[in-house]
Amino acid sequence: MKSQKGQGAIIAGRMQPADYERNFGDVAPPLTAHQAAIETDRCYFCYDAPCITACPTGIDIPSFIRKIGSGNLEGSAEDILKENIMGAMCARVCPTEVLCEGACVRNKGEAKPVAIGALQRHATDWVFGNNIQLFKRGPATGKRVAVVGGGPAGLSCAHRLAMLGHSVTVFESHDKLGGLNEYGIAAYKVPDNIAQREVQYLLDIGGIETRLEQALGREITLAGLRRDYDAVFLGLGLAGVNALGLESEQIDGVYDAVEYIARLRQTKDLSKLAVGRRIVVIGGGMTAIDIATQTRLLGAEDVTIVYRRGKEQMGASPAEQEWAQTNGVKIKHWAKPARLLKQGDGLQGIEFEYTRLDAKGRLAGTGEKFSLDADMVFKAIGQTFVPAVLNSSADVLELSNGRITVDDDRRTSLPMVWAGGDCVAGGKDLTVAGVQDGKVAAISIDRTLRA
Amino acid sequence: MADLRSTFLGINSPNPFWLASAPPTDKAYNVNRAFEAGWGGVVWKTLGEDPPIVNVSGPRYGALYTLDRTLIGFNNIELITDRPLSVNLQEIRQVKRDWPDRALIVSLMVPCEEDSWKRILPMVEDTGCDGIELNFGCPHGMSERGMGSAVGQVPEYVEMVTRWCKTFSKLPVIVKLTPNITNILNPARAAKRGGADAVSLINTVMSIMGVDLDTFSPSPSVDGKGSHGGYCGPAVKPIALHMVGEIARDKECAGMQLSGIGGISNWRDGAEFMALGAHNVQVCTAAMVYGFKIVEDMIDGLEKWMNAKGHRKLDDFIGRAVPNFVHWEQLNLNYTVKARIDQDLCIQCGRCYIACEDTSHQAITREKNGARHFEVKDEECVGCNLCVNTCPVENCITLHKLPLGATDTRTGQRVAGYANWEIHPNNPNRKVPADAPVAG
Repeated sequence: MKSQKGQGAIIAGRMQPADYERNFGDVAPPLTAHQAAIETDRCYFCYDAPCITACPTGIDIPSFIRKIGSGNLEGSAEDILKENIMGAMCARVCPTEVLCEGACVRNKGEAKPVAIGALQRHATDWVFGNNIQLFKRGPATGKRVAVVGGGPAGLSCAHRLAMLGHSVTVFESHDKLGGLNEYGIAAYKVPDNIAQREVQYLLDIGGIETRLEQALGREITLAGLRRDYDAVFLGLGLAGVNALGLESEQIDGVYDAVEYIARLRQTKDLSKLAVGRRIVVIGGGMTAIDIATQTRLLGAEDVTIVYRRGKEQMGASPAEQEWAQTNGVKIKHWAKPARLLKQGDGLQGIEFEYTRLDAKGRLAGTGEKFSLDADMVFKAIGQTFVPAVLNSSADVLELSNGRITVDDDRRTSLPMVWAGGDCVAGGKDLTVAGVQDGKVAAISIDRTLRA
Repeated sequence: MADLRSTFLGINSPNPFWLASAPPTDKAYNVNRAFEAGWGGVVWKTLGEDPPIVNVSGPRYGALYTLDRTLIGFNNIELITDRPLSVNLQEIRQVKRDWPDRALIVSLMVPCEEDSWKRILPMVEDTGCDGIELNFGCPHGMSERGMGSAVGQVPEYVEMVTRWCKTFSKLPVIVKLTPNITNILNPARAAKRGGADAVSLINTVMSIMGVDLDTFSPSPSVDGKGSHGGYCGPAVKPIALHMVGEIARDKECAGMQLSGIGGISNWRDGAEFMALGAHNVQVCTAAMVYGFKIVEDMIDGLEKWMNAKGHRKLDDFIGRAVPNFVHWEQLNLNYTVKARIDQDLCIQCGRCYIACEDTSHQAITREKNGARHFEVKDEECVGCNLCVNTCPVENCITLHKLPLGATDTRTGQRVAGYANWEIHPNNPNRKVPADAPVAG
């Protein structure tokens, strides 16, 4: 086969139609009723269960599991969704191995936790499948709250505010709600349009108006929202992508992983999505895993993740790393990008320098180099909060480490402005953490508005 | 090498595992398969008078499951054999001829009239079978017609019919008892008085398996209605063990042999029944759930256990637990134990804590230095065993005996030697030894 170089190697339709279907089908098929029954029987119904403590939203996990066991699926789903309205997505995308399942007492002795994520999916699938609305709007308070950002934090906040009787307007810069649930997250984790079905379920409570393609600093300003609404919640996410800091980083062939993942999620026919033959991903978090695995599943031949530190320091969990490796992704540790290799105007590869920790424990290059051929290089070295969107108002929000400062109630430094999700300091950058932020903020907003 | 050969009422079988009178022993086809699989004997499904009874066309059975659908309890509303008497007798004759080394007992149930028994007994004896078992236990369908447990519940009937059988037949007579009675000793002693050679027990326990919450029909449901059935399987084993033990230690019943029945699923269950006084055991539910092959482990497991313990023949351990089965009044009230939690094995589920805290003696801590930690407070622990029972990890929580003379921190008393309720000061009816010093 003739070697293709540069842009020419980035083509669509690398596989047969059936391959796309298989590769992007449900990565973890749902439990059957019998499998779920067996699994519920494994739960010890622990006292003050460690899994509850490990869940950022504090779902009463033993209770919802026991209810599945007794055939009370509606009660089970209610236990889940009253703490985490995005429990269906979280069942699919939470790194359960480091949260609830990581805390399961069955890990000790038998190294096999109760499949909490799969059971949570079982219960929430049931309630979605039977179209049972478990929540209703509280009596109207006449208060109006603006929620900026229709991601997990914003929607969780909006839903809880609606439950408490407030009128909510959600402003979203994209043309769909969902945030990273819709534009991030690997496609094989969330088939069957679950992100949008969940958004619809959540909106069905009523009292939530949505305004799409309305961005802060563009169509709306923080000052305007503070003037027009009784309270404001900011769930802005992270709009910026870290740069590699290399010369010629703007050339064709160097891509932003977040942008490509979003495009993939919005592509109906994946055989139309162009992908390279040799891919290099730079980074060590979930985004790196998702872009590497998905390009491989789109038919890329060689996919390599290069991370500047070791396996243990990677942001992606061991299970996620293994998942990528099982799908044929190679992970190289202790190397940092040094130089993009060009052929004409196009990308030919990328040169790396090996790294190690120096005597003081700082990351340092060793001087030794190696290069990898690549027709696509993906940047997946983290995202940043872009405070510029707030600048259009005279109000100044206090930031810590580049993100919005909030207290335990998710109040910002400005009166009647709350914030949550990835845009706040100290966040975990997890869907489930964003949901909790939104819920906590809504309860605080409600208390403040009623005071 | 342990010898598993069993002699019960002089009837030899290669092992003590028989199939009980039930659906698995209704026909030659099934019994042949059972013998091929290795069962030591069978009690042929109960014969009655012609015309044969009629069974419901379904469902006949119901089950109690764990969530994993492991069957722990089983119930049936099937009656005695619904095949003509002559067909059964002919098959019994042939099977006994084909399997001379296996025990073949015939279960019988005819009306409580002397003539009925007088008529059927010679026909049964003529088959060459080894003995008869009188079905005084079936609690459903037949009992309403004055047979089965309706007989077993009236000691005078038990004695009377047993005597007829001993009078009109030379065959050994086993009386099968119903547990649906207040005191199992009454029918057992009646059987003895009537001349029974053995009793077998237990038959099934009257039961309703459940209620369908959509149709409100008890289950198993026959066209929307349910009647009580007979309960069996692993769940009834403790009931059966108790009743076997009661008869085994009863002086009036001495001399009668015992055939243990009730939830026996493996060799270990069988050995427990035999240790409590059963001379052999009968199995039904486990075979109905798993097929006849289970007898392989019953034989193999019992043999290996006997080898390991140095029991060369069945008699070496039959009845060995009977002297230890005492009345509550004879338990040592000075025996004092405290639970201990093995911190290395503990998985921190906290079930022992919440069980003790909510429902018992508040004798377990839940934290230590601010961290999750479960430990027994000796000063509160009464040694009740609830934590041991709720703990999901085997041997993580164990009971430890306080030595003689040690102080029980719960009571502040020193542990003394054996003393039971019969002589306890709190017992108003205590037996004061004649030579006891007068108090004060």
